[in-house]
Amino acid sequence: MNTLLNKKKEPIDKLAAASGNSLGREALRRMLRSPVAITGGVITGLFVLLAVFAPLIAPKDPFERYLQDKVALGQGIIPGSQPGFPLGVDDFGRDELSRLIVGAQNTLLVGVLATVIGVLLGIIIGGLAGAFGGWVDTVLMRLVDVMLSVPSLLLAISVAALFAKPSQWTVILAVSLIGVPIFARLLRGSMLTQRSSDHVLAATSLGVKRGAIVFRHMLPNSLGPVIVQATLTLATAILEAAALSFLGLGDPDPNRAEWGIMLSKGARQFLDVRPELAYYPAIAIIIVALGFTLLGESLREALDPKNRR
Amino acid sequence: MALLEVRDLTVQFVRRGEQSFTAVDNVSFDVEPGQTVGLVGESGCGKSVTSLAIMRLLAKRGNKVTGSVRFEGTDLLKLSTKDMSDRRGRDLGMVFQDPLSSLNPVIPIGLQITEVLERHRGMSRKAASVEAVDLLDKVGIPDPSRRLSEYPHQLSGGMRQRALIAIALACRPRLLIADEPTTALDVTIQAQILALLRELVQDTGTALIMITHDLGVVAGLCDEVNVLYGGKIVERAQRHQLFAEPRHPYTHGLLASIPRLDAGRGEKLIPIRGSVSDNIPWDHGCAFAPRCPNALPVCREVQPQLVPDRGGLLRCHNPVRPAVAAGGGTR
Repeated sequence: MNTLLNKKKEPIDKLAAASGNSLGREALRRMLRSPVAITGGVITGLFVLLAVFAPLIAPKDPFERYLQDKVALGQGIIPGSQPGFPLGVDDFGRDELSRLIVGAQNTLLVGVLATVIGVLLGIIIGGLAGAFGGWVDTVLMRLVDVMLSVPSLLLAISVAALFAKPSQWTVILAVSLIGVPIFARLLRGSMLTQRSSDHVLAATSLGVKRGAIVFRHMLPNSLGPVIVQATLTLATAILEAAALSFLGLGDPDPNRAEWGIMLSKGARQFLDVRPELAYYPAIAIIIVALGFTLLGESLREALDPKNRR
Repeated sequence: MALLEVRDLTVQFVRRGEQSFTAVDNVSFDVEPGQTVGLVGESGCGKSVTSLAIMRLLAKRGNKVTGSVRFEGTDLLKLSTKDMSDRRGRDLGMVFQDPLSSLNPVIPIGLQITEVLERHRGMSRKAASVEAVDLLDKVGIPDPSRRLSEYPHQLSGGMRQRALIAIALACRPRLLIADEPTTALDVTIQAQILALLRELVQDTGTALIMITHDLGVVAGLCDEVNVLYGGKIVERAQRHQLFAEPRHPYTHGLLASIPRLDAGRGEKLIPIRGSVSDNIPWDHGCAFAPRCPNALPVCREVQPQLVPDRGGLLRCHNPVRPAVAAGGGTR
């Protein structure tokens, strides 16, 4: 009897302790074995490290206007390449490499925060619509229709313009709103599929409470597409934030280093004379977006228990 | 008093601007404690809708349910949503057809069992886990404590159905509704699952409503059988009576279309001609008349009533005569 009890005890403890996060732990274990996940993780990790330690890594002061004296004497060209500046200098004579490194910080903040806020709002709206259906669904989806019918940049501009003093935060909020209708639609769609699924019917037939059905049975089965969409949105969020800043609806500080702003400025003003000023931030954005996308894709795969061996 | 008394249960599918369709038409039957009652019929005869209506699992929109479903005297159809939810899983359990899609793919089996135990029996997660091991053991799942942390896709089809049965029986409901529980399984597993159901029903005294199109399942399990056609009960009989002397031409046709061990060598199986789409509305006569080998002119004019017949019930103007039935075919 005692041995039987002990035999039973161990996995039960494991279940009791791990039932909440065993899915997460299992997913982590699987991701560590997937080359896609590792590539995505390394890129994203480096980007985050770069962003956090940017002031220590940057070789020069990103805000200092170098070479002003030389330009005045007609000896130098800005923007252009100069000895001692690996990626050249921008139109104010600031070191491009240092600005890229420091810019990682703002870019990470804007991109990630805007996406996260967008996903959260989208999950709330889509989750409510999918969980309740009926008139709640109708009302919320018409709201989403309205948001979708306004061109995304126009929507963001109107939101950003609502605030008297433009800042980084208005940009984040405005950009996050662009993603909301897409996330809401995606989640609502998969929630509705779940609603009529056999396992939800089976759970209902067991008397499982409505809240548990929504949060334990419907939501976890519906989040996959939202996670993938979020990783794709991250890259666009960076670019949309840049567009807003360019239009003067962002942080007005001209010293501010951010990849999106650097890209739009480089692309609009210097593409024919110094195209590399657009290329560098563009390449940086592409690499980071790739990292997040790979990470998101492998995360979705790892979280799907059907892929488990 | 019967455990479950279904009276005049009618389910109509209502669409705005369209004629409503009566899927279940004045169905009445009783289930005694510990009894196994079969609902038999082909696809579209209303057997699954009947079970969903009893459990109140049909969507409110588009479905009109009338009649009464008394469970120990309480009309389930009149309960509040919350009271009904309290009873589901505790008093009435249900096992579905496809065991893979009926389990939540992202939650371990153990959690799906403990969830019900926590909900209805107020157990702690830990106590519920111990109980879950017992339940899995009881339904014949080997190494049950290891299975607790496994996901549905890691189990075989038969295991999944066993797990579903364990979940449905977790709170020892007095009535279990099994909606074609063996249809998605292969034949050897079917036999095991049926044996398991029979054993559990006997051990626990649970009443069982067995919904199936498979007369073999009926023969092995049911005490009393209701044959449904076009949403109505057309014949009710005790199991032995039904197999020995089917009275309704439809029941007779069902029996003639499956192979029998005692049939002569080379004897042909006789299919029922036509399909459900040939049905005529019940208020114009007998819905089965267009497919019936025994049909008389009156069958297309007067609706047959359900009348007592040899200890059971029968809805037919021209039933199969026992001597003919024993001969093995009417055509």
